[in-house]
Amino acid sequence: MSALVIRDLSVRLKKGPPLLRRVPLDLAAGEVRGLVGESGAGKSMIGKAVLGILPPSVEITGGEILLEGTDLLRLPPKERRRRIGATCALIPQDPLTALNPSHRIGPQITDRLVDILGWTRPAADARARELLAEVQIADPDRVLRSYPHELSGGMRQRILIASAFAAEPRLIVADEPTTALDVTVQKQILRLIAGMQARHGTAILFVTHDLGVVSKVCQRLSVLYSGMVVEDSTVADFFAAPRHPYSAALLAATPKYTDPAAGLNPVPDAVIDAVRAEVAAFDRGAPHG
Amino acid sequence: MLDGRSQVRRRAGLRLWLSAGWLGALALAALLAPWIAPKDPLAQDLFLGRLPPVWMAGSEPGYWLGTDSLGRDVLSRILHGARVALLVALVAGTITCLIGATLGLLAGFLRGWVDMVISRLIDIWMAFPPVLFSILLIAVLGPGLMSIIIAIVVIDWTRFARVVRAEAMAQGAMDYVASARVAGRGRLGTMVREVLPNVLPTIVVLLTLEMGIAVIVEAILSFVNLSISTDDPTWGGMISEGRTSIHQAWWVLVFPLVTLFLTVLSFSQLGEGLKDRFDPVLR
Repeated sequence: MSALVIRDLSVRLKKGPPLLRRVPLDLAAGEVRGLVGESGAGKSMIGKAVLGILPPSVEITGGEILLEGTDLLRLPPKERRRRIGATCALIPQDPLTALNPSHRIGPQITDRLVDILGWTRPAADARARELLAEVQIADPDRVLRSYPHELSGGMRQRILIASAFAAEPRLIVADEPTTALDVTVQKQILRLIAGMQARHGTAILFVTHDLGVVSKVCQRLSVLYSGMVVEDSTVADFFAAPRHPYSAALLAATPKYTDPAAGLNPVPDAVIDAVRAEVAAFDRGAPHG
Repeated sequence: MLDGRSQVRRRAGLRLWLSAGWLGALALAALLAPWIAPKDPLAQDLFLGRLPPVWMAGSEPGYWLGTDSLGRDVLSRILHGARVALLVALVAGTITCLIGATLGLLAGFLRGWVDMVISRLIDIWMAFPPVLFSILLIAVLGPGLMSIIIAIVVIDWTRFARVVRAEAMAQGAMDYVASARVAGRGRLGTMVREVLPNVLPTIVVLLTLEMGIAVIVEAILSFVNLSISTDDPTWGGMISEGRTSIHQAWWVLVFPLVTLFLTVLSFSQLGEGLKDRFDPVLR
């Protein structure tokens, strides 16, 4: 069964332009799907819509978000929150602001398990220790007693990953989880996420602008331009032969560290014009509120 | 180990202890005023008018800081005046803080129509000139301690509301708030558990500043004779009376003024010191 199915999801700025254009998406249980696109293409917006954390300036104008078969958008708000809390988790982008500076690490992992999911305190504490060990934190007891500012960025990102897996969610939205980290740490964190994902069998929606990251952790990917999905294929097919001209240009634009002579290849203007025309034609043919 | 952080901490500590020490001593003096004041603060004796402080020529033993033109003991009046000043500071400061910070937090975190209503209210409120507004309020309510407190609360809640709103807005945009929402925490629960602790250092600083401001407002209102009955000693009242005899008896004006200054300064420094101590990032 699919962990997440999105049909015709349309989101726009209140009284403004559309941000997502009838987005389709199918995420099988245990699958990792990359969402790629340039800044403002709407890749983060999909994750936020699923988790119900869209900014107040934005509204969903149509479509369905089926989380394990139930349309979240048809649920009353309380029930939706409960269901998202029980089955989903977020690995946020910036580890520096994703942990509350006023609380120690331990409670930040365990309070949600206890208060919202009804775990007992000792069970939650044991779970937190076990998770920190799983993300290779050497001294879990000391870290659990620390405040976030006492830990490095990479350490905090490990904690956030541990915390995301705490309640064995079926779906995790990873919103550019390595963007704010430096390159050496990035690699470790990616390997960590991939390892955790494989062990726990969690479906992940992996938002990133880095195709190199996609090739390492994802099985499928969706390429977005201006809120429209222009390509949806397996990672193997995509890297062998991208179908859409825009995603081909995006792939060609990825700098190759092994071949510095290749230089930088920005997406050509002709390709941008063509994909913009496509978006305009899509808007004319399929109004989305 | 002596690193930068411990340096900051030691300085903050000194500031905290000096200001807390002064305020503590003042609070004790205010509480015990009836027993420790050397003289009756209301007792007049025209034969003892304008006595200088004890270290100057022509002073009388027992009148440590001299007397005013009616022969009332300056030190005793300052000690009794501290009761009014601190009472106003504590009560008015706390109530102002509770109302202003709550409204600011709600507006900044919930946004939407709540923010619209509260922000417009703040804008309208701040368009009134505060001094005229307070004098008008007291003219309507009648002079007295209660009226001063009400005037301070009614005028100054916007100070808290604006700053706390901005701070709550900034905190509300942080990823940890999003994570809490995803985990299933309700809006108010997120506000109280996640956002409030991070806004608290700011609220503490504002609260102590407000207490200082309350002391000044009380002094200003007694200066213009709108405070409690003119018989009871207040610092503002003493400054006002001392003004008329500044050339013959400067001590009547200067001692309450210095006390007022040190008190207001201590309140603001106490806030900064507490912030340094309790802000988890600076700690």
